[in-house]
Amino acid sequence: MRYIMLINQGDSPTPADPERWATLSEAEQEQIGADYQALNQAPGVEPGPWMQPPEAATTVRVQDGRTLTTDGPFVETKEALGGFFFFEADDLDAAIEMAARVPAARLGGAVEVRPLKEGW
Amino acid sequence: MVASAEEAFRDEWGRVLAALIGILGDFELAEEAAQEAFATAAERWPHEGVPSNPANWLVTTGRNRAIDALRRRRTLAEKTRLLEAEAERATEMEEAEAIPDERLELLFTCCHPALSTKAQVALTLRTLGGLTTAEIARAFLVAEPTMAQRLVRAKAKIKAAGIPFRVPPDYLLPDRLAAVTATIYLIFNEGYGGRGELAGEAIRLGRALAELMPDEPEAQGLVALMLLLEARRGARFDGSGEIVLLADQDRALWDAAGVAAGRAALDRALALHGRGPYVVQAAIASLHAAEPRDWEQIAALYAELARLTDSPVVELNRAVAAAEAYGPATGLALIEKIDGLNSYRYLHAARGELLARIGRTEEARAAFARALELIDDEPERRLITRKLRALR
Repeated sequence: MRYIMLINQGDSPTPADPERWATLSEAEQEQIGADYQALNQAPGVEPGPWMQPPEAATTVRVQDGRTLTTDGPFVETKEALGGFFFFEADDLDAAIEMAARVPAARLGGAVEVRPLKEGW
Repeated sequence: MVASAEEAFRDEWGRVLAALIGILGDFELAEEAAQEAFATAAERWPHEGVPSNPANWLVTTGRNRAIDALRRRRTLAEKTRLLEAEAERATEMEEAEAIPDERLELLFTCCHPALSTKAQVALTLRTLGGLTTAEIARAFLVAEPTMAQRLVRAKAKIKAAGIPFRVPPDYLLPDRLAAVTATIYLIFNEGYGGRGELAGEAIRLGRALAELMPDEPEAQGLVALMLLLEARRGARFDGSGEIVLLADQDRALWDAAGVAAGRAALDRALALHGRGPYVVQAAIASLHAAEPRDWEQIAALYAELARLTDSPVVELNRAVAAAEAYGPATGLALIEKIDGLNSYRYLHAARGELLARIGRTEEARAAFARALELIDDEPERRLITRKLRALR
């Protein structure tokens, strides 16, 4: 089965927020980097592209034919998508295990595991 | 057909359905197939006699029906090809002596943590318990279409999300087994408040789990706990529906055979070196069933349970037991240390009781009043009101 793994950073410190990122020790920062790298190289993983933080997002709606844009993500910044990757796995248990390896999951964020539709 | 046919059917339902899910790899399809197989059996067995191996007959019939149904829906070409391969395998199986018992796989799938607790409960009762959707809806006081939808959604999620049909590997087992026992115990507790058929259903499920995992002490502990609690059911309410506290219960109304069966299960759990939360709770229930009650031992076991579960409710029980063992002041001191139960009615009720015992009547009155504010259950309200009146 193929899953998309949606990473929500939540409150977790990321390099996009240098102040909070600095609350981590250098060793912790390196570990997080190494963990993401290991993830991207794990069998079955197809890494997604790097995304700018949710603050850089613009949300677009169309109402009565007019295009309305708002600054920021569709949900609250804290809940917005921070990144994603694809994962080919036998079953949900394997996907949950992979999700648990995503550093954001242990740093206050979460990973949503969503199966992809086969075929069309 | 014999009068107990329905009962016999229910006993076979879980096994037949589990086997069909194992073969077909699809809950919905397997359930339809199982239903058809049982309907055919109800029609034919009375005239033709019950086959020598009813479960095999039901699985084979269900599997053939599913294949026929899929052939009719040719659009699902890929699935049919898959099934034809399966059919070959299944024919080989037909000649074998017994179908594999896959109820455990089914139980772990139904209690997968990726499903909501409500869905786990409903699915477990439907698939392993063999209850109809209408029966489950009645038991949980929801409309039948609501329950039907809950079941459909749960089955759809299992399929779409790829929840595996298997007994989890050892490194996942402790957490997953805890989810299974929690679901069964939740069903039991739904029944404990009065809907006895659910309590009985939970005991059946617990016994099946213990039979399928004979080396697992927590499964035995869960069965022991449920049997010991259930044995006291007849004494828990008096003739007019009032709650009777354990200390005041008429022991003649207890089911002695139930207590003995519960203690036998507890002995098995202890022989397996069980020290988990269900084993400890069963040990406490067993001590509660003894006369006189060994409160020091009960308080010590609650302390152990509090350590295992980190639950303030358990701390409260420990405090109540300590009050019996070492006096109300000791119990009260433990209650005052509990965090996070400020809107828990039993905390205030227990506090009121202990304050009353050491003569701090005004504080006791306030505590009972606070408990009353939090109670939404009539018999409990009357119990606390009686206690308030007894204060001078």
